[in-house]
Amino acid sequence: MTSGIRFDGVTVTYGGNTVLDSLDLTVEPGEVMALLGPSGSGKTTALRAVAGFVRPASGRVFIGDRDVTALPPYERGIGMVVQQYALFPHLRVEDNVAFGLKARKVPKGEIPGRVADALEMTGMAAYARRHPRELSGGQQQRVAIARALAIRPNVLLLDEPLSALDAQLRSGMLAELARLHRELPDVSILYVTHDQVEALTLADRIAVMDRARLQDCGTPQDLYRRPRTEFTASFVGNANLLPVTVGEKGAAFEGVTLDVPVSGAAPGSTATLCVRPHLVGLGPGPNALSGRIGEVQWRGSTHRLYVEVGGHRVKADVRELRETPALGTEVTVHFAPEDAVLLAQGVGDG
Amino acid sequence: MLVHSRTGRWTAWSLFAVLFVPLFALPLLVILAASFSTHWSGAFPSGPTTAHYTAAVRGESLQALTTSLVTAVTASVVALTVGTWAALAAAALGRKGKRVLDALFMLPVAVPSVVVGLAVLVAFSQPPVLLNGTRWIVIIAHTVLVTAFAHQSVSAALRRLDPMYEQAAASLGARPSYVLLRVKLPLLLPSLTAAAGLCFALSMGELSATVMLYPPDWTPLPVLVFTATDRGSLFTGSALAVVLMTATLLVLLAVSRIRTKASYR
Repeated sequence: MTSGIRFDGVTVTYGGNTVLDSLDLTVEPGEVMALLGPSGSGKTTALRAVAGFVRPASGRVFIGDRDVTALPPYERGIGMVVQQYALFPHLRVEDNVAFGLKARKVPKGEIPGRVADALEMTGMAAYARRHPRELSGGQQQRVAIARALAIRPNVLLLDEPLSALDAQLRSGMLAELARLHRELPDVSILYVTHDQVEALTLADRIAVMDRARLQDCGTPQDLYRRPRTEFTASFVGNANLLPVTVGEKGAAFEGVTLDVPVSGAAPGSTATLCVRPHLVGLGPGPNALSGRIGEVQWRGSTHRLYVEVGGHRVKADVRELRETPALGTEVTVHFAPEDAVLLAQGVGDG
Repeated sequence: MLVHSRTGRWTAWSLFAVLFVPLFALPLLVILAASFSTHWSGAFPSGPTTAHYTAAVRGESLQALTTSLVTAVTASVVALTVGTWAALAAAALGRKGKRVLDALFMLPVAVPSVVVGLAVLVAFSQPPVLLNGTRWIVIIAHTVLVTAFAHQSVSAALRRLDPMYEQAAASLGARPSYVLLRVKLPLLLPSLTAAAGLCFALSMGELSATVMLYPPDWTPLPVLVFTATDRGSLFTGSALAVVLMTATLLVLLAVSRIRTKASYR
């Protein structure tokens, strides 16, 4: 059996509401695909369609070459980890991990070894005799991962696995997950999250979802540097989105002609210019924009400035300033031509 | 504590004492006192004796206690099985089917137990199923009466049971029967034992349907208490009542021990 997941026009409805609208997406064998989107975007529904907990109204779901659309969850051979861990509270850690092996009637002699392997892999071997309630949240999540890995699935579904953990634990677990994936290069992982950092860190590719639809799909670098839609640009990395009018060379914003790549856009049309806040610098330079400071946020190593240019707020993340600029101060900000991306208007619906 | 001021707390305690002691505790103490006496003409009982107890734990009375225990255990086990089964089935049904099933199982609670007793009597007094005059008619009536409570408490527990456990088990490759045996029932165990205790206690004290049905060779203890007091033997009746109370409490205590063990895991 090969790994990999394929959504073929999958639509899911709940009592008349379309919660997933004809999703076409392929997760290659061994690939980590992040489904990134706000709540209600349909990303969890997509995962549950792979797990078999929702039945698509139309479309097919494939795991490897196998059409699993009509199969019950217990015949799909997937590993799943959810936000609330869902460890069986009445079973010890080792019995939780052995659960899938016993349910699948793995020969009795093999079970202890595989349980030990799975616990070893997640660093929980020392806790085998404990009950779930005796473990911290992070430890419980490790056990849940061990339990899912013990059945040696070809496909691993992770549904917001780190959302219940605190920030520090989360970055540690993120590194753990990356290591696990290196150790299990053949397993395809579908990773549902609303956290762009998790998606950017872990995923080979990111599928951006919004309002039941797939908005964009690409490698993290691709989506971050060359977003195709406004939604992607703002949801991943919270970009500046400036309405511009395309000219022969460059684009006009608030009466200023900016030197930006406009290849492919028709002169005279309106478009959205996407610039990442951390690529906007303070002071004169190419593509300079003048305005007043509308708001300042100190973020430790950086200052986030909101500069009011015309009726728009341009976000600039600059290295921490010695003196916090006063509100209303006239400043000039700039960005390099190659750091701007022109989005064709109307592609996104955000 | 919800009441913070000292006077408030004091008032709450006195209210509790005024209401609880006369209403709940005192009558039970009176029975206990009466069960050890031969006369009660003044404010307090007199002529202390243990003769009622010597009588209460042998012969006809002992027989009645065994009858009650066997009836209650059988009815509880059957009720728990049927009630749990129905609750699980109802959870799997759609909303409409579930409502119908729930309503059906609530019927014996809504209908007075005298009516249930009469219904069982009429239904099983004629062929094809002739059970009148046998112990089974008593056991059936008790089962009908307590199944509602078993069903209700199990379906309440089932509603609280997070579906994520079931789904996690299914994703690990467990078939529905395996999920039921290894995940759902163990997680429901505390509620199941609580329901069993409730059914047992209700059956041990059931009188109104029982008096219409019991055959001479299957007389539960509450009937004996009733007939004893009915013919004026108040003190004998009190002793029997204390025996009934103690037996029920002991079983409930044992059940609750299982429950603490189950929920501690």
